[in-house]
Amino acid sequence: MKERLIGFLLFMSALVSIASLAVITFFIFEAGLPLIFRVGIGNFLQNSIWQPSGKTPQFGIAAMILGSVWVTLGAIMIGVPLGLAVAIFSAELAPPWLAAVIRPVLQLLAGIPSVIYGFIGLTILAPVVRAAFGGPGLSVVTAALILGIMILPSIVSISEDALRAVPRAYRDGALAVGATQWQTIWRVLVPAARSGIVASIILGMGRALGETMAVIMMLGNALQVPRSPLDSATTLTSNIGLELAYASGQHREALFATGVVLFVLIMILNLLANVFTGRLVLWRSRAPSLSTMRTLWRNRVPASDRRSS
Amino acid sequence: MHYPLVLGLLILSLFLTGCGSAASAAADQLTLTGSTSVTPFAEQLAETFEKQHPESHINIQGLGSSAGIQAATNGTVELGMSSRQLEEDETEQLQPIEIARDALAIIIHPSNPITDLTSEQVRAIFTGSISNWSEVGGPDARIVIVTREAGSGTYGAFEELVMNKELPAQSALRQGSNGAVRQIVAEDADAIGYISLGIVDQSVKAISIDGVQASTAAVLSGQYKLVRPFLFVKRKDAQLSRLGEAFLAFVLSAEGQQELVQAGLVQGADAQ
Amino acid sequence: MNRQLSQRFAFGLLWSAASATIIILAIIVMFIMVQGLPYVNLAFLTGGPIAQGREGGILPAILGTFALGALSLIIAVPLGVGAAVFLTEYTRPSPLTTIMRFGTDSLAGVPSIIFGLFGFIFFVTRLNLGWSLLAGGLTIALMVLPTLIRTAEEAIRAVPVAYREVSYGLGASRWQMVRTVVLPNALPGIVTGIILSFGRAVGETAAVIFTAGTALNIPTSVLSPTRTMAVHFYILAVEGISLPKAYATGAVLIATILVINVVANLLITRGVARAVRR
Repeated sequence: MKERLIGFLLFMSALVSIASLAVITFFIFEAGLPLIFRVGIGNFLQNSIWQPSGKTPQFGIAAMILGSVWVTLGAIMIGVPLGLAVAIFSAELAPPWLAAVIRPVLQLLAGIPSVIYGFIGLTILAPVVRAAFGGPGLSVVTAALILGIMILPSIVSISEDALRAVPRAYRDGALAVGATQWQTIWRVLVPAARSGIVASIILGMGRALGETMAVIMMLGNALQVPRSPLDSATTLTSNIGLELAYASGQHREALFATGVVLFVLIMILNLLANVFTGRLVLWRSRAPSLSTMRTLWRNRVPASDRRSS
Repeated sequence: MHYPLVLGLLILSLFLTGCGSAASAAADQLTLTGSTSVTPFAEQLAETFEKQHPESHINIQGLGSSAGIQAATNGTVELGMSSRQLEEDETEQLQPIEIARDALAIIIHPSNPITDLTSEQVRAIFTGSISNWSEVGGPDARIVIVTREAGSGTYGAFEELVMNKELPAQSALRQGSNGAVRQIVAEDADAIGYISLGIVDQSVKAISIDGVQASTAAVLSGQYKLVRPFLFVKRKDAQLSRLGEAFLAFVLSAEGQQELVQAGLVQGADAQ
Repeated sequence: MNRQLSQRFAFGLLWSAASATIIILAIIVMFIMVQGLPYVNLAFLTGGPIAQGREGGILPAILGTFALGALSLIIAVPLGVGAAVFLTEYTRPSPLTTIMRFGTDSLAGVPSIIFGLFGFIFFVTRLNLGWSLLAGGLTIALMVLPTLIRTAEEAIRAVPVAYREVSYGLGASRWQMVRTVVLPNALPGIVTGIILSFGRAVGETAAVIFTAGTALNIPTSVLSPTRTMAVHFYILAVEGISLPKAYATGAVLIATILVINVVANLLITRGVARAVRR
């Protein structure tokens, strides 16, 4: 009897995350969808004029969508090459002592509050950008550079896992046929870890897309479609963060509607990442999925042996 | 043995003690919500008030005028704070109490040589039809406009007093509070913004409008036109709690008003 | 030869990327610490703010931060550990567990501003908790749940199967086995997850501002609004109230995060050491 009660309680706690996801979805959509239907989905997404108060309010989030796209792609352009390089370095090249330094460094980078990053962007980077290139300094470049660093930890940790999970035989085989270590890494290991690396990029995109406070601080929040990386812009998240406190009535509904769009985009990215990590199998690719790689990794030869061989 | 059960009880008891203490504390706890422009002044008043009444707690939540008006309307808080006049539909349920008047100062970077603009020039700058400082007699540099986000009382007042309901240029930077606007203008030699006169400090330069320098004296004499009210709002049908009553009385008293005047505001119409 | 050259070039890039990462972290931490630490003293840590934080200390924000972190963990830990135990010990992989895992993964990817929107409309408005520690704690609890579930799951899976078999062999029921064998052995991993979750609560801003509020008072009950250090830092910095105080708050914030990470790392290495000894 007691056993069954406990089993039931545990089952209920396991349901909490999926249940809260459902509740969150429900309440965000309930608060935001009516306005989207009133304004029209096409108008809401394509109109670039956002004028939530006044006699003739207009609710168009096109400028913010583009702002989000610019900033996210910018962050990816910074974060992915750097992150992949660090992942390869710590998985394949780093002497043990250095790997032991890099891991906590990344953890700490992940742990630093986003307001601190935003502050660094605002006080160090923005004046530099302003002095060097003109414009307000609070701009897409500034935000993208800092966001690129902010997403680094997620990109490194997942890519590194994927690289480490590549079976040892791949490495040995490549080296045995005379490939250099770099050729082995670039031609064999990276392609074999492809799906994990792609997943890391997608999750990095999700983080950049979802970041709010740092973006409010660094991006200047101009309600325009950015035409150059030196322009200020507003993202979906930063507009919610900036205006939610002030909003009431239709205006608040419109911010929740913005949240609906953001939520849908994030869920699509989550789904994609899940597909690439093989957690959610929609189709089978020929490359070994990350879960099988993980199994292989668990049964690996300890790192110390590998290095001496 | 009863690990989950014990934890459950623990949580439950925590909640209950929490709620219990909340109920007992409610008597001497007051929350004010609303305008971020009023917030710093209200916090200052609350600090003084708490010093005189150590048993009381006054929480000030800066969330924006509209949010404050809404919170007062639906009874979430006794007193809301607004830095714009109530709109017609809002006056049905709410009673505005003008605790002070505040001038909006147009601010630029201290290094900018400009000292005076006409209100037409200010409007043209903020709408974007004037986009270079040389067009108003300044250096050859693109103007960086800093405005507030929609829904803010300061934005509402500025829109009404200066913009004739025209929209600011799309390239205008938007910041979430007076302090944030001041911070950006202080950092950027080409920037222009508008903030509460009480918030102006030496990091920025307040320019005169149509030849009148923003000052409390100019507000009192009626010469300076960019003036808006700071309001506390309460439901017409609701009775204030003892603490709410006491705090409001303090704010409107000579002592409270003097503190506001020292902070750069002008006495409110409803003050004693 | 050419191959060797390109290898050397590529490795040079990799080395510089790794050093750049370390340097970036050093710059961030040093920048805040050098500017902030001179202003941190006992009075700053134990005093209340004066004039919205222009003067005085940050005690209410420190207390608010710890209260919010503790409250969210009290709510989330039983749920997270319970979920992990269920997923590892009480069920076999099935479509249901796939859905549960998908829920956890998705929740982990939901941006904090969405949690803020939800907490605001649900806890603050719908349940009428107002901006309060409780509304903030519940919101943060949902945010940290995925971290807790994942770390607890990993820790539980790392407990050798043989232990379980011995326990069953002694006639233990499933729950007795979990309670006496699995959970104690998985404890370091679980605690690591708890500490990391606490770190998230400490660093969060977007979700906290809209659920726990920004009031600068020492919270007296779970229904009081509060202001965490991260929120205080944000307000001081963005509104230009006081740069020295902002740096000082940032320094305390980073020091807290540093301590949290060091403790978590110590626990991880100890956990690994224990696993190796087996």
